[in-house]
Amino acid sequence: MATETLAKRQWALPRIGIRVPDTLTRVVKYTLYRGVALFVTVVIGVYLTVLIANMGGYLDIIRMAQIREQAGAVVLNDPQLQALPPSELRRRIDEIAQIEMKRLRLDQPFALRSINYLTDALTLNLGRAEHLTSDSGSRQVRLVLLERMPATLVLSATANLSLFFTAIFAALFLSRRYGSLLDRIVIAMAPSSSVPAWFYGIFLILIFASVLRVLPFGGMIGTPVPESTPAYAASLLRHMLLPVVAIILHGIFIGIYNWRTFFLIYSSEDYVEMAKAKGLTSRTIERRYILRPTLPPIVTSFAFTLIYLWQGAIILETVFAWPGLGRLLYQAISIFDVPVIVGNVVLIAYLLVTSVFLLDIIYALLDPRVKVGGEKRS
Amino acid sequence: MKRFIGFFRELTHYRSAVLGILIIGSLLALALYAVVTLPYNEAIQRWRGGEEIWGDYPRNAMPQWVTIFTGNSMPTTIILNSRDEGSVYKESQVVSGDMSTADIIMPFEYTSAGFPSEINLFLEGKSIAKKPQATMLWKTPDGRQIPLGDTTVGTAERFAISIDQRLIRRLNGLSPEIGLFADPATLAPGAKPVPLPGRYQLVIEGLTFEDNSSLEAKLVVYGQVYGLAGTDHRRRDIMVALLWGTPIALSFGFLAAVGSTLTTFIIAAIGAWFGGWLDALIQRITEINAVLPTLPILILIGTFYTRNIWVILGVVIALGIFSLGIKTYRSMFLQVKEMPYIEAAHAYGASNLRIVFQYMMPKIAPVLIPSFVTLIPTFVFLEASLAVLGLGDPVLPTWGKVLNDAYSNGALYKGYYYWVIEPAVLLMLAGLGFAVVGFALDRIFNPRLREV
Repeated sequence: MATETLAKRQWALPRIGIRVPDTLTRVVKYTLYRGVALFVTVVIGVYLTVLIANMGGYLDIIRMAQIREQAGAVVLNDPQLQALPPSELRRRIDEIAQIEMKRLRLDQPFALRSINYLTDALTLNLGRAEHLTSDSGSRQVRLVLLERMPATLVLSATANLSLFFTAIFAALFLSRRYGSLLDRIVIAMAPSSSVPAWFYGIFLILIFASVLRVLPFGGMIGTPVPESTPAYAASLLRHMLLPVVAIILHGIFIGIYNWRTFFLIYSSEDYVEMAKAKGLTSRTIERRYILRPTLPPIVTSFAFTLIYLWQGAIILETVFAWPGLGRLLYQAISIFDVPVIVGNVVLIAYLLVTSVFLLDIIYALLDPRVKVGGEKRS
Repeated sequence: MKRFIGFFRELTHYRSAVLGILIIGSLLALALYAVVTLPYNEAIQRWRGGEEIWGDYPRNAMPQWVTIFTGNSMPTTIILNSRDEGSVYKESQVVSGDMSTADIIMPFEYTSAGFPSEINLFLEGKSIAKKPQATMLWKTPDGRQIPLGDTTVGTAERFAISIDQRLIRRLNGLSPEIGLFADPATLAPGAKPVPLPGRYQLVIEGLTFEDNSSLEAKLVVYGQVYGLAGTDHRRRDIMVALLWGTPIALSFGFLAAVGSTLTTFIIAAIGAWFGGWLDALIQRITEINAVLPTLPILILIGTFYTRNIWVILGVVIALGIFSLGIKTYRSMFLQVKEMPYIEAAHAYGASNLRIVFQYMMPKIAPVLIPSFVTLIPTFVFLEASLAVLGLGDPVLPTWGKVLNDAYSNGALYKGYYYWVIEPAVLLMLAGLGFAVVGFALDRIFNPRLREV
């Protein structure tokens, strides 16, 4: 549809002799196209989540039964109404239940309601949690989520940024001396990354918390919460050390291995040989002839590291009792708190799609070969 | 076949791959052993049966082989049953009319340097109207006699000696499993109590009040070690779960990997060959699928619908069909599609499906194998992840569920390390075994990697 017309126009332009659009229009067009495509993707993805999280409407039936029961309790426990005949009591119960259901829009068919849920979710009108509260006692899903976000971000940012840059620089280092003992060790260790981070986490807790008793079992801040800022930071660091090490252990060897292989493939290209023959220094060769063409994949991988963490964090945070978004999602699911589940998933979907979107723009800026139409990269 | 052997020989050039194959081979053997020696129903029975299955096992006992390192300090369980004639003495005498004595004397040697973990006495009385009575007396090797109390005995009574409050008071606040066994000389304040080795006796003086009434007793002095793998908080033998976890983990990982890679592969081939709207549709579905949060969806399904491992497997496969791998395979198929031999096949009138399945897919298949093998551990760990979150299959014993039990019962905090390490080591072995082989395969099938 839109894909093809845009793509055709893009291809057709040079052929009829009009000047090839400059980088700006190219990027804007591409951005618009990707924006629309990604938005549609998010809508469908979130709608599916809404459907699953509401059990296709089944959860609402449970909720309706709850409302009716509560209404019954209210009417039957009212001493002033005791004298009324049963039929009148039943009528009153129905009446109260009807009002409550109308308030919660439960009187509409589920198909319609699911659309309401979808639009609410997409406009980030996340509503009120059913059971969970924020530390300040608020039921607003937005506040509950916002409160947990810094915890996740501080952990993921620390772990992933250090992981990413260590891997890249270590790989560059190894690609210069491949075949060395260090290189062979890294290759041999690469399969260890098939073990997830939370799993390393359990071992780390076992060693450093249970046996050696030097680091805490979990949590984010010691009790009582330290008052001075340096003490707070120290406590945070102590609690963060094990989860961060777990994430790094999980990713470091495969990271170095992949990048090393990648750099080696690029450094055997003809133009690198040419540069070497010209007598350029190895630093210059590295910067200009190896790093530059490999930049787009590096950026992609960087974005995907960030995206991946949102998923992996659920179990890692649960294992380390880290009060982040992942653990919140798990808690919400285990007590059927649908607004929080949907809110959490919407947040992650938006974050994910924004990352992809930004990535696409950066890609279009970095790589002049990227054409509108996504996969038609040459 | 010849090609297969050649390829296998090439694989053995990689030392790590040989190690991986050995690991996978032993896991397969373990799985086979589990299925053959412990039939499914029996395994489920032994894992979910109830107190009558594991009532005689100690709670949270370490595996028996740790005694190799700790010496004599950890006792094994001692069970004395009045139905075993050899080791238990029974005496019965008519007192008057229907009333008669039914004494049971249970002697046993205790030699360990460590205390038992718990003591239970199970009494069974047979009667119609008047229940038999029993008075229990504990005799230590140095001749002390400690009364344990008395009770009327119903059809099945459990006298939990270890938590009997009156006995604890009588022992000056010591737990009975320590107080009944400790050498009095070591009970001074500040000293570490040490059990007195020698011959102990539990004497049950019973009285029956009816003609056909009788009294049976079983004394269980629980040890601190049990079996090859130890026991969990419900006294269950962890070995059952470790054994049966193997075939479950392997089949889950294998089926999920086959299911998702194969379907992805076929769909990518079909999309690349037919192109047009079909290809575009496949691409869009792939993109939507990438937005869907896999783990949260699995958690939702586990919580709301079912925890059945095979349903979860189905969902895992379904979510894996349109994985991002489609994009990789598609770009490869697009290259293959342009090759002359495909054009030739098209020219002599081969059908579309024949071209896709017989000509295009075999060409790329080698790329599929390493990624398939490296995917297996991902799914093995996925099952464990769900189990750790408490969403393991409600019936089957799996490694992940042992880990979850251990974790939710504070095994790391209380020092029951074996409980965590055993399933964790198995999971790790499975993960590393497949990953190592997958890496070697990758280097064999993608020669470009071999040079670097």
